[in-house]
Amino acid sequence: MTDVPFTDASSGPARPARTGSLLEADARTRRRNAAEARFRLYGIAAVGVGLFFLAALLYAIFSNGIGAFQQTGYTLQVEFREDVLDKTGNRDLEDIKSVKTFAYSPLLRAAMLREIETHGIDTPLADAKVTGFSSPLDKLFSDGARSTLRDMVLADPSLIGQTVAVRILASSRVDGYLKGRVSRESIERDKNLDAVHLDLIDKLRDAGVATKGFNLAFITGPDASDARPEQAGLGVAMLGSLYMMIVVLLLSLPIGVAASIYLEEFAPQNRFTDIIEVNISNLAAVPSIVFGILGLAVFIQFVHLPQSAPLVGGLVLSLMTLPTIIISTRASLKAVPPSIRDAALGVGASKMQAVFHHVLPLAMPGILTGTIIGLAQALGETAPLLLIGMVGFIASNYPDGAISGFLAPNSAMPAQIYEWAKRADPAFYERAWGGIIILLLFLMTMNIIAIILRRRFERRW
Amino acid sequence: MYDNPDLARTTVTRDIKIAAHGCQVFYGDTHAIKDVDIDIEDKTVTAFIGPSGCGKSTFLRCLNRMNDTIDICRVVGDIRLDGEDIYDKRVDPVQLRAKVGMVFQKPNPFPKSIYDNVAYGPRIHGLARGKADLDEIVESSLRRAAIWEEVKDRLDAPGTGLSGGQQQRLCIARAVATEPEVLLMDEPCSALDPIATAQVEELIDELRSQYSVVIVTHSMQQAARVSQKTAFFHLGSLVEYGETGHIFTNPTDPRTESYITGRIG
Repeated sequence: MTDVPFTDASSGPARPARTGSLLEADARTRRRNAAEARFRLYGIAAVGVGLFFLAALLYAIFSNGIGAFQQTGYTLQVEFREDVLDKTGNRDLEDIKSVKTFAYSPLLRAAMLREIETHGIDTPLADAKVTGFSSPLDKLFSDGARSTLRDMVLADPSLIGQTVAVRILASSRVDGYLKGRVSRESIERDKNLDAVHLDLIDKLRDAGVATKGFNLAFITGPDASDARPEQAGLGVAMLGSLYMMIVVLLLSLPIGVAASIYLEEFAPQNRFTDIIEVNISNLAAVPSIVFGILGLAVFIQFVHLPQSAPLVGGLVLSLMTLPTIIISTRASLKAVPPSIRDAALGVGASKMQAVFHHVLPLAMPGILTGTIIGLAQALGETAPLLLIGMVGFIASNYPDGAISGFLAPNSAMPAQIYEWAKRADPAFYERAWGGIIILLLFLMTMNIIAIILRRRFERRW
Repeated sequence: MYDNPDLARTTVTRDIKIAAHGCQVFYGDTHAIKDVDIDIEDKTVTAFIGPSGCGKSTFLRCLNRMNDTIDICRVVGDIRLDGEDIYDKRVDPVQLRAKVGMVFQKPNPFPKSIYDNVAYGPRIHGLARGKADLDEIVESSLRRAAIWEEVKDRLDAPGTGLSGGQQQRLCIARAVATEPEVLLMDEPCSALDPIATAQVEELIDELRSQYSVVIVTHSMQQAARVSQKTAFFHLGSLVEYGETGHIFTNPTDPRTESYITGRIG
């Protein structure tokens, strides 16, 4: 059998006949198998490199950012002395308001000295002199600690005359020392803290006065100025992002879906719709900063919408999200088998009935997934916000209602992170990483919702 | 005239349901259907046979204007349903398709319940006066499609969960639920096994009592089994049209003969 040629031997050179046993691979087969094995190896290596970078990224984010979720504070017995806070003794709120935050410093120092004494801590700071308005002890506390006390008193004047246990924020250097960010070497050139302070902190920590606690203010609180990183939070920026996402969802979902349904199901296929299609695909690839400058020129300079407002941010991000939504919606409409349209038209449904009763429900999982991916993209977008002024100021005021939520100046999560990363104090750097953790959690939640929706709506046909 | 029953059987003239004259179809520059003249009778099964790509499905889709959904498709000529030009500007294809139902090659039930599949047409055309009426329409349609006994206990089950033959009968039930006058079937059995095919063919024969049925098929045996009239298409032209028995036993055109004897196709 093996030596029967396929062609007449006399008509040309005979092809080499296949010889050899099936039990033993020939050279060609061996080469093929080797090539396949090599390719599998490349694939595994590529996946491995990807996983390595992912792991490195996650490690960097969590090791740098997890500290932001803890904050050092002291639990102190603060005596709200009447002779300092309400000299007239009539508990008149106006009189209490006239007492400035400076006046609360002695209360803090006294409370700290009492702890030092109670725990029998030996420190030169115990005898430190008060010069002018300041004492070396002040460096232990956050600049905001005094106003925390003042706010407590203003909210509840009956505290005057009492001694209350209060958790007082430590300054960011103290916080950094307990987290390992600040060391004895690094404070040698730092006028904010001296070695005696660190000795005291060590003892206070051992005595259980200085403790690290969960930092809820970081998640819900407003941003703080450069001098008070220990007070800075992401809460207001989060609200800014929320209002922007509402604008994006309300604008880009209906417009995007309507546009894609029209283009996919109703529009005639001609040169004009081809041009539109190409341009939508191109828009999806336009750098986001271009949308930012467009928003600056159109929404702020031409329409005169307020600067830094989440409304403007939402409009700009809607422009950016629209192509994503249109492309994914069209893809999922295309994926609905034409037989479903035929079936609907065949029983006498109008085109619109066919689309809305049959095609759209089947395309829904794809549309929702695309929308959520688009929203997630918009949520993480920073560049366009730079141009419409949603960075570069302290987002320290909560909006007082929905309207001011849309119109009052605010920041957004990624812009706030960028802002923190720009600031000099390493305490802000830690907060930038912490902000990234929160942002990633939001994005992950959105992606999980997308997956759940896809599963829920997925139907076979 | 009725003295001789055999003679009467062949000379009975039924009403003309659809009359096409000088029908031409173009796909862009391609001339898909060339000058087709055909009179399709009422209460008759008419089979379209011919090799692949001969235009029989295209012509079928002209009869309820399903070709309208294809942008580049252009239909010329005159097709009349009960004497009314269906390509007249005033005709809404949606109304036409309610009168001329269609069953497709691949069973294509909606991914909804069996009940909703059948009830969809009556709902959008407003044929039912209330829930009880709709239930009745659904039941009678499923009975007419000979599938009622199999699905009556699971009307809420998805239509896509049925077997292929059941799905196709469900599609037929869906088509008859809108009370059409003509039923177009585009190779309704090509995706079915022989048993399901036999069931559908039996059904087609029963449907003949109420509808004019037009069926496109690749199987000449099927055409011979279910149809009274047969039209043979070749390269976009209608080559021969006549009584099924006549076409299969004594074709006049040599191309028809070649096709049914298996020499072309």
